[in-house]
Order: sequence, then C-alpha cells, then structure tokens
Amino acid sequence: MEPDIKLTKLADCAGCGAKVGAGVLAQLLEGLPVHRDPALLIGFDKSDDAAVYRLSDNLALVQTVDFFPPIADDPYLFGQIAAANALSDIYAMGGDPKLALNLLCVPKDMPDSAVHDILRGGYDKVYEAGAVIAGGHSIHDAEPKYGLCVTGLIHPDRVLSNAGAQAGDVLFLTKPLGAGILTTAAKADLCPADALAAAYSRMTVLNKGARDAMQGLRVHACTDVTGFGLLGHALELAQTSGVQLTLHTSAIAIPPEALALARMGLLPEGMYRNRRFAEHAVAAEQIELAVQDALYDPQTSGGLLIAVDPADADALAAALAQNAVPCAQRIGTAQQYAQGAHIILR
Amino acid sequence: MIDARGYSCPMPVVMVQKAVQKDAPASLEVLVDDPCAVENITRFAHNHGYQAAAQERDGGAFSLTLTKQP
Repeated sequence: MEPDIKLTKLADCAGCGAKVGAGVLAQLLEGLPVHRDPALLIGFDKSDDAAVYRLSDNLALVQTVDFFPPIADDPYLFGQIAAANALSDIYAMGGDPKLALNLLCVPKDMPDSAVHDILRGGYDKVYEAGAVIAGGHSIHDAEPKYGLCVTGLIHPDRVLSNAGAQAGDVLFLTKPLGAGILTTAAKADLCPADALAAAYSRMTVLNKGARDAMQGLRVHACTDVTGFGLLGHALELAQTSGVQLTLHTSAIAIPPEALALARMGLLPEGMYRNRRFAEHAVAAEQIELAVQDALYDPQTSGGLLIAVDPADADALAAALAQNAVPCAQRIGTAQQYAQGAHIILR
Repeated sequence: MIDARGYSCPMPVVMVQKAVQKDAPASLEVLVDDPCAVENITRFAHNHGYQAAAQERDGGAFSLTLTKQP
C-alpha cells in the first residue's frame, strides 16, 4: 500500500453509514433466544444505545460496542471520531465511561504509522472522556475498521433510555446534521473543504458536555443520533415511548453545503435505507426533499436527541450552553400518540 | 450515453453532472447498476431542469433517460 493512499477509498461505506439497516437488523435478530435476567435492565430487545446491567441497588454497568470503516482520510482523525462515536452510546444512557477495549481490523500492507495514528486518536479521546483503554483485539482484513467496546457506570435509577419520553416534553438536538452527505460528497472531492473540516471537528466532540448538562434535570428520554439518521432514531424513541413527535425543521441545524449537495444527488445509500425504514411513520407535509434527506442522513458521532420535561427546558438550554455545546437546538415537542404518523415535520 | 455500471455512489451522479455542465444535452441516457445511483441521478435531474425516467434492465442494471424540460 502506498503511504499516501486515502483511507476512505479503502471503504465501501463510511462511518455509521456502514450500519446494517434497522429493518434488516430486526429480521436478523428474530427468533434468537432471549434469556431473561432480572439484573439486565436494558438488553438488545429494547433497541436502545447500550446495555445496562444492575450490579447493586445503586450501581449498574453500561456496555456498548461500535466500530466502522474509515470516515476520514487522516488516520488520527478517524481514530478520534470512532472513539467519540463509541463513547457516545454510554453518554446517551446518562452513563460515565470507565473502561474501553480496542477493536481493530487492518490490511496487511497498511503502514504501521497509519495504524499507530488510528489507535492514538482512540487513546486521546478515551483519555479525554476520563476512561482507560485496557487492551483490545486486532485482525487482518482487506478493509480497515476501528472502534471500541466501552463499559461505563451509572446509577440504576438514573438510566436514560429512549423509551421514557412523555407528552409535553421538549426535544433538543446537540449537534448539526449533514455528516453523511458531506462525507459522501468528499469521496468525489465535491465537498467544500471548510464544510468538511467543520463536520469532522463536530464528529470528534464528545457528547460528555451534553450528558453533563442533563444531570439533575428531568430528562425523560435520550438517544444519540448515528447511523439511522435523526428520523430513524427519533422514530425509535417515539415508538418505544408511545408518543408522537413534532419537529420544527427550521430549528434543526443543517449546514447549507449539505443541503446544496443533497440537491445535487450526492446522498449516501444509508439515507435511502433510513428513509425506507422510517418514512411510513413520518408526515413530511410540504418540507423540501433536500431537508428531508438531511433528516434521514446517517450520522457518525452525531449529537444527542433529548426529551426533557417542559419545566426544565430552559434550564437544559442554559446548561448545554454552559457546557460548551454551542450547536444545541430546541427542535420540537412530544405529544400523546393517538394514531397515524409518529413524527410530524413542520 | 453514460455507462456508469460498475461505479458506486457518488461517482455515477458525478459523471452525469459533468456531462450536463459540459454540453447541457437535450436528453441523456445513463446506465447504472447501483440502485442508489438511480435515486441520486433522479434527485440531480429534478433539481437541474431535467425529467428522469428509470427502467430496469436485465442483470440488475437500470437505464435512466434524462430529458431537458422546456
């Protein structure tokens, strides 16, 4: 392999866009035996971000694993994004990451320096999160992949699942969308450099600040927005909570470059997959197709989607700003679900 | 006629974009075998003054006919 080869050219699909679709995943899991354990508070039957296992009345483990092919050409950047993305599942549950294990797949001829830089990116982010990498496992593979298995701790009464949203809740989103569209366009060298750099920079931001901001407030549900796109993850939250969500599209931060690229048809395959999965439950009314595309766009290391009690919405907005989550937006509300669409776009 | 078979997204739509920007043809035939490319080229066409009609061919390929709207 040439040392200057672009990492993203080695991958068929990038980042969380490589995720198996939600519909397919449900089929694959169907019929598998589910062994009940009363200590398993959240397992794979809940389509939540991480598993939660109660150890005692005031302590539970939160565990997740996440890995994917390169979303960036710079190995250090790729490592940082993969780690921020894996840690995010712990934050989305309200947990505190403590221990991480590397998962690494590398082509035999990949330069050692590139492999080292991927791992260094992971170590730096895990250290920033206040956790440690205790080891891992690496194998040879034609396509590079990196991620981590992360274990965190949480009080069992303070677990933020995606199933607790209530009518009246206010919805917040803590990072802009468009990552999948921008990185798809970058594969054809059609993404403006500054827009791509800004998207990468957002992907390296830990959701720790957003998690910290939620503490002490009446947050009823939370999930991180990754491969299924905002609407895929919002639909899971709405369905498992039994509510209907109204999203105000003008309040959702979408980089203008992502909208322009969507209008040019530079959309990742995962966007169409997410749309097919969720659109039956989304009333899009007169919303421009490119905006809808951005809402279905698969995100990598995306922000948190938070449903908070309306009485605490202002406090959450202030705490998010205080915790340096500058892109946090109030994007909608939850209502009682009666029938029809689970998500209304306005 | 553009043969974008064997190319995965986003390359087929980039090939169409280049052809449209160069010659602004009244009509353009495109062959693809990536279903995502059918949708992406249709998106591009509708936003750039073209109508797009897709037809499935044998062997998993699709032909798209782009026609410039008056």
